[in-house]
Amino acid sequence: MASIDISAVKKIYAGNVTAIHNLDLTIPDGELVVLVGPSGCGKSTLLRMIAGLETITEGTVSIDEQVVNKKEPAERDIAMVFQNYALYPHMSVRGNLEYGLKNRGTPRDEIDRRVAEAARILEIEPFLDRRPRQLSGGQRQRVAMGRAIVRKPKAFLFDEPLSNLDAKLRGQMRIEIKRLQRSLKTTSVYVTHDQLEAMTLADRLVVMNAGRIEQVGAPIELYERPATLFVAGFIGSPPMNLIEVDYLRGRGDDLKLPEGTDLCGVRPDTIQVADPGEPSVRLDATIELYEPIGGESHLHLRLEGSGQLIVAAVPARTAVVEGATIPLFVRIADLHPFNRDSGRRTD
Amino acid sequence: MIENRPILAVLTHLVLILGVVIVVFPVYLAFVASTHGGGDFLRGLVPLLPGPNLFANYEFMLTEGLTTAGAPPLWIMLLNSLIIALVIATGKIFISILSAYAIVFFKFPFRMLAFWVIFITLMLPVEVRIMPTFKVVADLGLLNSYAGLTIPLIASATATFLFRQFFLTVPDELMEAARVDGAGPMKFFRDILLPLSRTNIAALFVILFIYGWVQYLWPLLVTTDSRYYTIVMGIKRLAATADAEPQWHLVMTAVMLAMLPPVLVVILMQRLFVKGLVETEK
Ligand SMILES: Nc1ncnc2c1ncn2[C@@H]1O[C@H](COP(=O)(O)OP(=O)(O)OP(=O)(O)O)[C@@H](O)[C@H]1O
Ligand SMILES: [Mg+2]
Repeated sequence: MASIDISAVKKIYAGNVTAIHNLDLTIPDGELVVLVGPSGCGKSTLLRMIAGLETITEGTVSIDEQVVNKKEPAERDIAMVFQNYALYPHMSVRGNLEYGLKNRGTPRDEIDRRVAEAARILEIEPFLDRRPRQLSGGQRQRVAMGRAIVRKPKAFLFDEPLSNLDAKLRGQMRIEIKRLQRSLKTTSVYVTHDQLEAMTLADRLVVMNAGRIEQVGAPIELYERPATLFVAGFIGSPPMNLIEVDYLRGRGDDLKLPEGTDLCGVRPDTIQVADPGEPSVRLDATIELYEPIGGESHLHLRLEGSGQLIVAAVPARTAVVEGATIPLFVRIADLHPFNRDSGRRTD
Repeated sequence: MIENRPILAVLTHLVLILGVVIVVFPVYLAFVASTHGGGDFLRGLVPLLPGPNLFANYEFMLTEGLTTAGAPPLWIMLLNSLIIALVIATGKIFISILSAYAIVFFKFPFRMLAFWVIFITLMLPVEVRIMPTFKVVADLGLLNSYAGLTIPLIASATATFLFRQFFLTVPDELMEAARVDGAGPMKFFRDILLPLSRTNIAALFVILFIYGWVQYLWPLLVTTDSRYYTIVMGIKRLAATADAEPQWHLVMTAVMLAMLPPVLVVILMQRLFVKGLVETEK
């Protein structure tokens, strides 16, 4: 167990591609940090630098308070779970689990004990003598996890480990990973671009964009107070609506917004069809599409006047008809004030 | 294409059978010839049924051989051929798998140049570079030796290329997983790459063994001592006797024996091929 310190790290690939710009991040012992961001933002690059699979152009990475820049992956005492599992195809499941321990010169009885324990935790005992190709995707995923936990490393590094599974299995494995990490208390870095996965797994969520960190915090903090327009648009599904302040002024109660605010973020689920009886703005919009998705319904709306398209999430059986123009209400307290040019929150 | 007309089935079978006959008939004739006595061919007509001399001919050729033709007993030539084919096949595989490993998995200056230089040698088979190669081998004093017979044939661009193509299909993540698991470059090669290449190695072994076995020109050039004769060049010597009729029944005996090892290698290794086809490892 160990903390991970990333300090002023920069990565420039051959051909002058800067994948990571001066990034700082500290991951305390036992925490599960999720790196999330759009494709190509440098999540994998950062993870691979922690693992030692990629050189660090500038700055330092420390694991357990030791600078590991120059260390081989094996010497860093980390374990990695890869997207396509990267199991050794010619070895049995047992062989896959044992390989890392054998290379480390772990005594035989200790190897057997750890493999048995990992197999029990992950419920892969019946497959120990099979080859990876004789397993389903979910089972392979477990074996890949097993290969990480038998090592009892200082940290787990996950690079989109669930993205090859179908939605249902992904949900199950997500819960298992969370449970496993809670009980083992191993410092973990988890890369994903699935925001549901990110929100549910993370102790702390790191939103990255174009090689920089946009915001770090507990998932719910990021949802409730996105620090930048990027985070506002990235976290939350359907994404936050961004409406011009000028459009909102004069509709409903008096708007008192911080200096420099020119855009307001409105979460779809804070849009209400009934007047909340609190200071709020009133929007009139035409319902273009009514999407029932079960627990709630999504309304695709076109704002009167500006013609902007927004999305509202309303209770499932809200009585509305497509094509009708209806009044909508957003509490002023629910508005997220932003400045368009800086891209930052203004309050 | 699935057609279900009996006339087509008959036709396709006929074509296939014809093909088989064309290929097998000469082999059958050679076999028949190797079972007859010396005089049976002088009439100019080749008998179509086996004769009585099967064991006599084979025993004679294996143990004594045609000393008049300057050839040693067949067993010596067979042994030489076997040694040479084995050394060439294993040597080629050993060297090319290592060079392919270096080219695919390591980043070093002029890596691509190295690959292309190896690749270009495809254009220079033994026959093309035979004179300079002969000069080098002669200067090194390697005429009439196993080293001289094999080393110039060992470097192999084809095998390097095939292994390279195979290694390129091995996912990077596999190597990275091994690195995280504490396997250094040689350990990764031995524990992971080599077992994964098993079927490729078997396939190449068959091809290269036969390549080594059928070498004719090079052994002819570098051996003058009959102790180092190989079977394929030996057959030529058996047939080319100066002032007498070639002893066809004995030549054919040698031919049959020369055909045997490659056939055996194919048959034995075929099981590995099929295995490799059935269970894709990656
Ligand atoms: N080996 C490389 N050489 C040059 N550029 C690279 C290399 N690997 C990645 N990059 C570039 O670095 C940037 C970050 O890549 P990275 O793989 O870290 O993205 P990612 O956030 O993991 O994306 P994804 O979600 O698609 O996996 C990208 O612009 C990519 O093109
Ligand atoms: Mg990635």
